[in-house]
Amino acid sequence: MEALVPILVLTLVVATFGSLLVYVSSILGPKKHYTRTKYMPYECGLPGTESETTNVSVRYYLTAILFIVFDIEILFMYPWALTYRDFIEAGHGAYIFWVMFVFIALFLFGLIWEIRSKALEWD
Amino acid sequence: MGASGFEIVVNTIKMLAIFLLMVQLVPILVWVERRGSAYIQNRFGPNRVGPLGLTQLLADAVKFLFKEEFRPPSSVAFMYYAAPVLALIPGALAFAAIPLSAPFTLDYDGQTYNFLFQSYQLGAGIVFVLAVSSLGAYALLFAGWGSGNKYSLMGALRASAQMISYELALGLSLVGILMIYGTFSFSEMVSAQQGPLNFVLFGTPVVIDFLPNWGIFYQPLGFILFFAATFAETNRAPFDLPEAEAELVAGYHTEYGGLKMLMFYIGEYGHMMVASALLTTFYFGGWDLPFGSEFLKEALPSSFIYSLVMHLVFMGKVLFFLWVFVWVRWTVPRFRYDQLMDLGWKTMLPVALANTVATAVIVVLFNSVGR
Repeated sequence: MEALVPILVLTLVVATFGSLLVYVSSILGPKKHYTRTKYMPYECGLPGTESETTNVSVRYYLTAILFIVFDIEILFMYPWALTYRDFIEAGHGAYIFWVMFVFIALFLFGLIWEIRSKALEWD
Repeated sequence: MGASGFEIVVNTIKMLAIFLLMVQLVPILVWVERRGSAYIQNRFGPNRVGPLGLTQLLADAVKFLFKEEFRPPSSVAFMYYAAPVLALIPGALAFAAIPLSAPFTLDYDGQTYNFLFQSYQLGAGIVFVLAVSSLGAYALLFAGWGSGNKYSLMGALRASAQMISYELALGLSLVGILMIYGTFSFSEMVSAQQGPLNFVLFGTPVVIDFLPNWGIFYQPLGFILFFAATFAETNRAPFDLPEAEAELVAGYHTEYGGLKMLMFYIGEYGHMMVASALLTTFYFGGWDLPFGSEFLKEALPSSFIYSLVMHLVFMGKVLFFLWVFVWVRWTVPRFRYDQLMDLGWKTMLPVALANTVATAVIVVLFNSVGR
């Protein structure tokens, strides 16, 4: 737990620094005066037509879900990579290689399946 | 933070100094970016304020300070104000975990204390940095959703989709280097890269005197993948689709102005600094000065001065990569969106996987590369 103290302190320092910057410009800046067009959402020279709750393309949800699956698979490779040399030195090099090879083959199979099922098409 | 009062004081000063180093580098980088782009495009760039236009950013900062505070009524107040603050945090936290130089010792009150040239050291430093820097996506999403503007929202969605897509290639390209060095700790990785290039080839030790023992010689493909992925992670050209000004005005910070926009810039440049520091640490020996580290350690009077000199070496490497970021931005045209995603998912991910398997095979055949 003690290792987390400096991280917490730094987070607080940065957050305070940032909030201060946001706050300072509200004191020093000129006072606002209202015009109708200034308070509309930014649009390139035309009055805006859409509301702020725009529909979001579902493709991005699919990308995010696929990301989670693959990211967790990659995270499983990290401990393997970390202990790989130790296994070789203990004489289990071939074993740890083939075990992980199966995992990587499954990973590759998943990726190919995804590409073939056109989940990774953007237009 | 330390047991005794002296340690706590030194560690606090160190932490603030490293954070301010990151913040203070931003104006210089913006100057480099503007002058560099002007140099590349054969024009002058800012050259009126101060020598070579160096104080231009000081003038800009003062101007930002006195801008009108503005929030569009369609925005969500909490998200709108939290986003620029959140943009600062990941870069600062990640940069603080990277060793910027050799550890040093200080004498105080008859006792000798050991200090690291970083704000904090974690056992799983690499995992921590990867985890923290991906929190940057929240700042973008907060800004995009909170602004109440469709350009901001689309920019933020693009940015986060791009960040998570390239995070896969980024994470996978690191598996190779983890396998070579077998550690999650930055300091151990740097100390493994000291000295001349040496490895064991089929049971015979090989030493190549004229090359340093850097990660790039063991992981050239991993380096290229990591390098390309960092461009996408930092939303820099040629992957700056989130801010494609021809389509999205300014992306997620369309509705921001003044100091709040400057904070997004600090966040973006902070990410670039973290990326450059990671590239240096993984592939270019960290603060190692080839053929000079040992000599300097003997020649310099105290370990603190040695640390400072080594810090200059480290920053030299980091600044080189930061210049490469600027150089690439003004040289390479922007990708189309489907090209960008195809490159991440269909090219870089399989190549990173191939790199992992190839490294595994090489390590098992050659038995002890690197270590």
